[in-house]
Amino acid sequence: MQETYNYKVVRQFAVMSVVWGIVGMAMGVFIAAQLVWPDMTYGIEWMSYGRLRPLHTNTVIFAFGGCALFASSYYIVQRTCHTRIFSDSLAAFTFWGWQAVIVAAAITLPQGITSGKEYAELEWPIDILIAVVWISYAVVFFGTLVKRKTPHIYVANWFFGAFILTVALLHIVQSMAMPAGLFKSYSAYAGVQDAMIQWWYGHNAVGFFLTAGFLGMMYYFVPKQANRPIYSYRLSVVHFWGLIFTYMWAGPHHLHYTALPDWTQSLGMVFSLILLAPSWGGMVNGIMTLSGAWDKLRTDPILKFLVTSLSFYGMSTFEGPMMAIKTVNALSHYTDWTVGHVHSGALGWVAMISIGALYYLIPRMFGREAMWSVRLINVHFWLATIGVVLYIAAMWIAGVAEGLMWRATNADGTLTYSFAEAVKATYPFLFIRFMGGVLYVTGMLLMAYNVFRTATAGDARVYNDAPIPATLAHA
Amino acid sequence: MSDFVSDFWAWYVGLIVVASVIGCLWLMKSQDVPTDEGKELDHRWDETLVELDNPLPKWWKGLFYVTVVFAVGYFALYPGLGSYAGVLGWTSVGQHGQELKQADERYGPVLAKYLAMPVAEVATNPEAREMGKHMWLTYCTQCHGPDAGGNTGFPNLRDGDWIWGGTPEKIKETILGGRQAMMPAYGGQEAVVGGPQGAVEMANYVMSMSGMKHDAALAAKAAPKFAQVCAACHGIDGKGNQLLGSANLTDRYWLYAKGADARSVQESIVETLVKGRAGKMPSQEDKLGAAKVHLLAGYVYGLRNEGQAR
Repeated sequence: MQETYNYKVVRQFAVMSVVWGIVGMAMGVFIAAQLVWPDMTYGIEWMSYGRLRPLHTNTVIFAFGGCALFASSYYIVQRTCHTRIFSDSLAAFTFWGWQAVIVAAAITLPQGITSGKEYAELEWPIDILIAVVWISYAVVFFGTLVKRKTPHIYVANWFFGAFILTVALLHIVQSMAMPAGLFKSYSAYAGVQDAMIQWWYGHNAVGFFLTAGFLGMMYYFVPKQANRPIYSYRLSVVHFWGLIFTYMWAGPHHLHYTALPDWTQSLGMVFSLILLAPSWGGMVNGIMTLSGAWDKLRTDPILKFLVTSLSFYGMSTFEGPMMAIKTVNALSHYTDWTVGHVHSGALGWVAMISIGALYYLIPRMFGREAMWSVRLINVHFWLATIGVVLYIAAMWIAGVAEGLMWRATNADGTLTYSFAEAVKATYPFLFIRFMGGVLYVTGMLLMAYNVFRTATAGDARVYNDAPIPATLAHA
Repeated sequence: MSDFVSDFWAWYVGLIVVASVIGCLWLMKSQDVPTDEGKELDHRWDETLVELDNPLPKWWKGLFYVTVVFAVGYFALYPGLGSYAGVLGWTSVGQHGQELKQADERYGPVLAKYLAMPVAEVATNPEAREMGKHMWLTYCTQCHGPDAGGNTGFPNLRDGDWIWGGTPEKIKETILGGRQAMMPAYGGQEAVVGGPQGAVEMANYVMSMSGMKHDAALAAKAAPKFAQVCAACHGIDGKGNQLLGSANLTDRYWLYAKGADARSVQESIVETLVKGRAGKMPSQEDKLGAAKVHLLAGYVYGLRNEGQAR
């Protein structure tokens, strides 16, 4: 019997990634609008900013980004191990389990049921479900690696492996708590140690969930779409180990000039700077892989998404270490600059590489040669690019203005501006940010339409698993 | 250093940091080997995926080494290696103290000049008022509002109506030491006031004292109880007592009402009676120091007749 790759679970995750992307980003636009028109939903508790902001972050990171990572890692690990996924039923469980987590988040967060830990707001029963799903994910992924038909493990799988292991560790340590009823718990840590655990988790969520996992995507889809060899194997070795080792230290830069001991703050700052080169290693390897294929950028909007995402990755991983320097942080901390930085990573890097990967995957998942409309992908690319540029430029200006206004003093030593005056100064930029978000979501809606036409244009009978070429399966 | 409960942990941290920095160098060195530039390595995945044996880019290696050298320098100068304090002896607490000292040296004389001036005079000095305004917008606006017009639960300071006294000395005393108001639930005598129904009657009586719209029959029932319970602090005429911080109930200024209409006022008085109140003005002495408080007292005193009661 012909051996096949399991495409069903990849297809399910890929489609849900588009759906959750729209939901999560629309939610982001909604709360951005609340900052421009603060009375928009005044008095409606479950629609208030404080309730919906965590739902926005959870949906875009774990629902949109998470589904894109599941889809691409399941696809890549099969294709680069020349074998079917380890367990079809366990893989199906990770799909339904992960969707259950997202739905539970959407029900509990607007009701104000939260553990109050940023990017880990979900209460303990949901945390346990996440842990179970995640460990199942690890079993499926590493099980597939074990039964691989290739002598070596492909570089994309190093990154996915590091991402899966570390996120399990981060989630379990960060979520340790004493339950007080079904919907309430108290953190196992207290005071500054709780803060340090929070940002050890928070920054490594960035490093492993939002970086390592998506670098795994990059190492497959960039060479595949460009049809070029990976630029340097040596570079992938150094930047892989450099990245996963150094990220672990960087968390304290979120707590500069706080009660955190000075030595801990120094470690966070210095290792954040060492992180610059390992981060850029991924960008260099991706962009240099394109050398000899630059002409394809003119005609291939999927490649445009992939290359632009690498540019934003390079930019935000330069900005990050700079913001980790204490003197810079003294200006940028607590301002909209941080928000801009996060979104240049989230919209520019994470979302764009995911969108590129999804445009690669979806036609294959539905037995089609290409997306229904390539022109629509191109329009999506420009909407997304203009949207993210408007967003981050607005937040840079607003953030630097806030930082400078907060510290401005008069000759007599009094503060020049009241807090409300600094808020007022950011007002036009909050509107520009909102418009940037609107453009980005519009692009996602075009994508959904394109995906719908692609899925329905083909013969439903070809929604099958793909055969593994006999020469690979028995190599 | 007090961050460590024992020397063991200081050494533990310090050695791991040193080993990590050396480890970064070792990692780079281990892969910085002669390569077959431009040639494909002998692995192939998914039919087309191959890797080139290109060397590490020179500029990229340089960037990595520069950051590692920076790390070595930084850990020599600043705290980082466990309890080793660094050559510069820098601490964030020390830096904060240093900046405070510089600010005191620079702005101390300006502040001292006004501290020597009576509050009433500070209130009319244009330069002092400007400083006071900026301090107001930094420290006071959160509760009392940018124009000192107050908010529900936070007194209006522009209406000439004072809870704790409006003389320059009293205003300064309020800011310096803070105030703690204490209205007990039912004035401490729930049985006498008559529970929630008694509270409604009492609210109507209180509203009658300032000539507000009220139910005369309900008010009449409460009148003797007011004399028995409430008058102890608010006075038999309801005019309050600034020594106790007990509110004047006859001036139509309602600190806790959400609106000026009779219904909002009655609701707030009933709530005050049923639950009590504990209005608090925090002490600013430790936070701002006497000189800044002196300037703020002058600024507030200067506002006293700028607005009318709501």
